[in-house]
Amino acid sequence: MAYSDEVIDHYENPRNVGSLDKEDEHVGTGMVGAPACGDVMKLQIKVNDMGIIEDAKFKTYGCGSAIASSSLVTEILIGKTLEEAGKIKNIEIASQLALPPVKIHCSVLAEDAIKAAIDDYKQKQNRL
Amino acid sequence: MNKFSPIYLDYSATTPIAPEVAQVMIPWITEKFGNPASNTHVYGWDAEQAVEDARTQVASLVNADPREIVWTSGATESNNLAIKGAASFYQDKGKHIITLKTEHKAVLDTCRELERLGFEVTYLPVKDNGLLDIEIFKQAIRPDTIVVSVMMVNNEIGVIQDINSIGQICREKGIIFHVDAAQATGKVEIDLKVLPVDLMSFSAHKTYGPKGIGALYVCRKPRIRLHSQIHGGGHERGMRSGTLAPHQIVGMGEAFRLAKQNMQKDIEHARTLQQRLWNGLKDIPAVYLNGDDVQRVPHNLNVSFNYIEGESLMMAMKTVAVSSGSACTSASLEPSYVLRALGRNDELSHSSIRFSIGRFTTEQEIDYTIDLVKKAIVKLRELSPLWEMVQDGVDLEKVQWSSH
Repeated sequence: MAYSDEVIDHYENPRNVGSLDKEDEHVGTGMVGAPACGDVMKLQIKVNDMGIIEDAKFKTYGCGSAIASSSLVTEILIGKTLEEAGKIKNIEIASQLALPPVKIHCSVLAEDAIKAAIDDYKQKQNRL
Repeated sequence: MNKFSPIYLDYSATTPIAPEVAQVMIPWITEKFGNPASNTHVYGWDAEQAVEDARTQVASLVNADPREIVWTSGATESNNLAIKGAASFYQDKGKHIITLKTEHKAVLDTCRELERLGFEVTYLPVKDNGLLDIEIFKQAIRPDTIVVSVMMVNNEIGVIQDINSIGQICREKGIIFHVDAAQATGKVEIDLKVLPVDLMSFSAHKTYGPKGIGALYVCRKPRIRLHSQIHGGGHERGMRSGTLAPHQIVGMGEAFRLAKQNMQKDIEHARTLQQRLWNGLKDIPAVYLNGDDVQRVPHNLNVSFNYIEGESLMMAMKTVAVSSGSACTSASLEPSYVLRALGRNDELSHSSIRFSIGRFTTEQEIDYTIDLVKKAIVKLRELSPLWEMVQDGVDLEKVQWSSH
């Protein structure tokens, strides 16, 4: 399988790998996918008081395209508002990475991860 | 090491043509072009002689009579001819076939096709070491069972089935026994004067021969009959029509001659390197060997590295050519059916790598591979949320995953 240069770049030099403190009230954590499918993404966002995502971290179990999708997502998210983040579509991710049809689902999962992280953050805020 | 040529550790997928084999083939490509069926002139007689010499070489590796060897285009065709041919010929005795869930697609898909044509097939499970439970096999036999097909050596995990015991049972019950030996030639002693096998498939390209040529052993004592699947001229005693390809055939003959000559040496060489590779990998945390550790060929090591995914591991190992039981690397998104049959959960099937060693593998290549794998595992576990959860003491079996 030939990978695009973008995918290879993100795989060799993944951006923002790691974890934020799940208990931190400013952090939203989204975990999507399932080991049975061969894809699990954990995406975390740190949102400041002005509703801007100031940091994002990811960890992914999955193929090169899945890793690249989540790595790219963290890059895109930093500096965006929650509203802007919620509008990110998988096609943007897929086209930036030049994903072949058989790998499009990796970008879909990445979009799901964003929404899951935002949801988690909002639920936390509602509880506070 | 040439940066454009990764280290080859995928011998179970195919093997390079041995230099001696290539040498033997060349005159039959550049000069000697006769059709072996042309029995009126020397062009044909020469070609025919070469074909018969090669037939003897193939028969010799497996201690069979040359008249029991039928040339085909490869083990896939041999499997088709054996199973469809026997089922069709013997269908008045019954229409039940038994095989294993772990067989090669060439057998499984052939059985599916026979189901479409009105036969019934039982696909037996295996134990978690990949071996067939003989008691389970006995219980599956019915009065209308006519054909059993079990591979000698599994292509994914390298386990060796107890062909002798299965064959004895088939003989007692008058059931035709077919064995796919594509991955076995040159790796395991095969003596067809002793083994109770009726049909056996061979492949050239798994044993340092060219692709596109194989053979089927068809037992003469007791005489096994088949309905030919390819018609047109009645070649190969009516079992397989079509002009024979001398350049391919002499290649397969030479490959099998070399296999016989080098078998012990090849086995020792593979065993030493397999040990070296496993010793280098086994201390990595959460590493599993797939398939029985004793009843296996030394050329194969199928390993699962838990909490990382196979395709991403292979990406980290670009300089080594291997294959994976991961869904991402197969055309469908499903993980290896062989590993599933071992009872491996989906994560372990997604995270497996098959390393297969061959005649030309060196110690240096193994050491390089061990080093590369270790580094890759560290990097990918850093990236893995599953590994993180396990380190935190989470039981992954209890997690509610979101599906997508």
